[in-house]
Amino acid sequence: MEKLKYALFTGCTAKESTPEQMMSTLAVANKLGIELVELTEASCCGASHLQDYDDFLSLVLNARNIAYAEKHGLTMVTICNTCQLNTAMTKHRLDHNAELKAKVNAKLAEVGLEYKGSSQITHFLYAIIDDFGLDKIKEMVVTPLSQFNIAPFYGCHNIRPSELQNESHKSHESAYTPTSLDDLIIACGGVNVDYEQKNKCCGFHAELQAPRTAAVLTGNAVAGAMDANADWMVTPCPLCHLKLDTQTHHASVAIGREVSLPVLHMQQMVGLALGCTPAELGLNHHVTKVDFV
Amino acid sequence: MDTIKSQQVTFKVFRFNEETDYLPYYNTYVLDVTHEEVVLDILNRIKWDHDGSLSYRRSCRHGICGVCAIKANGKGILACKTRLFDLIETFGSEITLEPLSVKRAIKDLIIDKKDFWDKHAAVQPYLVSDIEEHPASEHLVSPHDAEKLLEADYCIQCGACHYSCPALEINEQYFGPAAFAAAYRFSADVRDEASVERLHTVNEEAQGVWDCVKCMECAEVCPKEVNPIEKITKLHNMVFEAGIAKNNVATRHAVGFAHSIAKHGLLDEGELVRYSEGNIGVLKHVPVAIKMFTKGKIVLPWNMPKADKLDEIQKLIKSSSTVKF
Ligand code: SF4
Ligand code: SF4
Ligand code: SF4
Ligand code: SF4
Ligand code: FES
Repeated sequence: MEKLKYALFTGCTAKESTPEQMMSTLAVANKLGIELVELTEASCCGASHLQDYDDFLSLVLNARNIAYAEKHGLTMVTICNTCQLNTAMTKHRLDHNAELKAKVNAKLAEVGLEYKGSSQITHFLYAIIDDFGLDKIKEMVVTPLSQFNIAPFYGCHNIRPSELQNESHKSHESAYTPTSLDDLIIACGGVNVDYEQKNKCCGFHAELQAPRTAAVLTGNAVAGAMDANADWMVTPCPLCHLKLDTQTHHASVAIGREVSLPVLHMQQMVGLALGCTPAELGLNHHVTKVDFV
Repeated sequence: MDTIKSQQVTFKVFRFNEETDYLPYYNTYVLDVTHEEVVLDILNRIKWDHDGSLSYRRSCRHGICGVCAIKANGKGILACKTRLFDLIETFGSEITLEPLSVKRAIKDLIIDKKDFWDKHAAVQPYLVSDIEEHPASEHLVSPHDAEKLLEADYCIQCGACHYSCPALEINEQYFGPAAFAAAYRFSADVRDEASVERLHTVNEEAQGVWDCVKCMECAEVCPKEVNPIEKITKLHNMVFEAGIAKNNVATRHAVGFAHSIAKHGLLDEGELVRYSEGNIGVLKHVPVAIKMFTKGKIVLPWNMPKADKLDEIQKLIKSSSTVKF
C-alpha cells in the first residue's frame, strides 16, 4: 500500500487544553506509518459559535483553512468533531452555491488564496477505518484490550446531520445506530459496550450559556456508560473529552449521583493497543485519573 | 407480483391509558411485513386484526398533516411515511413503537402536545402586516425573496424535532427547534412587520436560541428536511444584525471567538471563558481550572500559540466582517 498522507487540521484544543490528544495523534500516525502535514497556518474554525455572530466571516476563515489543504493537494484530516462539522459544512455550502463561493473567493483573493473544492475533509477516525483498514489495525495490535469493557461516545458533530457527514467518508454511518467507534474498539481487542447515550450530546457547546442543561447531559452520558458496566469511555472528539473528563463534578451535582469514568481519546485507545507507552499518549494529562494502565 | 419481499418483525408497542393505568406496559406482536409497508400499515393491522383498543393519531396518510409522528427505537418518524424495511436496515428486526414523548402520553401513542402548541403560538407564527382592506394589487414576493425562507415553510408541526431535542427535555422553558423554525419563517418574510418583536422573544435567556446545545438532532430527525438548527443560526445572526443582542454570557461567548481569532488566529480558551463570564462570573470556573492546570491543560497567556500567517487572518477579519457588537 502506498503511504497514506493527509493535511492535518489540529484545531485549537489539541494545542491548548488537550495536549494529550495531539501527542497521541502523532504517536498513532507514526505507528501506522501515516504521514500528517500540519496546517500551521490554519485558524480556529469558530466551533459552531462564530457563525452565530458572523456567518460570512466564519465561512471565509474555514475556506481559507481548506485552501491550505488544497495547496498541498491532500485530503484534510480533522481530529475534532466540531472542526469536522464546521469545515465539512463550509465545503458543502461552497460546493453547492457558486454565488457564495465567488463571494468567499473574492475575499480570499485579497491574501492570494483560492478555495477550489478539490480537497476532501475527513475525521481521523474515518481515515483509519476507510483508508488504513480495521483488518490491518487488528494485525498490528500487540496489547489487545480484551480485559476492558469500553463505552464508545460518538459525539454529535461526527454523526449528525448524517447526510452531510456521509459525504465526508466512504463507510456509511447511521446517526441512530453508529458503528465506527464500536468497530474500532473491537479491532483493538476490546469489548464494546452498548448504552443509550452513546450517540447523544454531552452538552459541551452550551456549557457557559446553559450550565444546567450541559451538566445533566454529561451526567446522563457517564451514568449510562457506568450502568452498562463500562470500565472506561472513548471518544473521537476533544470537546466531548473535555466535558466528560473535567466536568464530572458539576455533572454529578446536576443529576444527584456521583458519576465518573476515565475517558480516552480514540487515538489513545488505538495507541495502547499498538503498544505505545502511557507517556507517549499523554495519559497523565487527564483530570479523571486513568488508573488502569 | 412475485417480487414482494417480506420479513418477520417483532413489534413492541407502548400501551398506557392515563385514566386507568398507573404504569405503561408494552404489547408484543410478531408480524410478517412486506417491503412496501409503512409503520402506519402495521399500526392499522394491529388495531384491526389484534387489538381494537390501540390508539394512535392518523389523518392525511401523506406526510402532510403531521399528526402521526411517533418514535421507533427512539427515532422520531412519521408513521405514514416511514417504510418498515428502512427501519429494519437501521435497527434490525425488533422494533419498539412509542409515543413521541413517553411522559406526555395520554393513551398509547397519543400525547398531549400542549407544550408544543403553546411555544409555537408564542413566536407569533403568522404574518404581521398592516394591509389595506381593499388593496389595489397583490403583495408580490419575488422568487429571490421566497428563497430566503430556506424552506422553513415546509414544517408540518409534527413535533418530531421538538420531542427529540435534549435542550428542551432538560429545560422546559426552552422553545425548541420547531418554534424557532416558525419564528424564522415569518421573520424572514419580506411582508412581515413583527420581525424585531419576534427576535426579542427568541433572544430571551432560557427560552431563547442561546440554550441550544447544537446537537443537530433536529436536523437529523425532521421528516420534511426543514433543518431547524440552520434557522436557529439565522436567528442568532438576525439578533446581532438587528442590534438587539444583549450583553450577556451567551452573546459574549459567540463574539469572543472573533476577538480571539483576531489576536491569535486560534481560540484562546481561557480568555474566552473570562470574556464570556466576566471577571466575577469566571470565578466559578476556578476549581476546575486549577485541576486542569495541574494536568498541563491550561496554556498561560504568554505561551498562547499563534497561527502562522496571522496577518492574513487579521486582514480577512477586517475585510470580511459583516456585523458589529
Ligand atoms: S472546534 Fe474547537 S478545536 Fe476545533 S478549531 Fe474550533 S475551537 Fe478549535
Ligand atoms: S456537545 Fe459534546 S457531543 Fe455534542 S457535539 Fe459538542 S462535543 Fe460533541
Ligand atoms: S440542535 Fe439545538 S434545537 Fe436542535 S435538537 Fe439540538 S439542542 Fe435542540
Ligand atoms: S421542523 Fe420538521 S420535525 Fe420539526 S415539527 Fe416541523 S416538520 Fe416536524
Ligand atoms: S397521517 Fe398525516 S403526516 Fe402521517
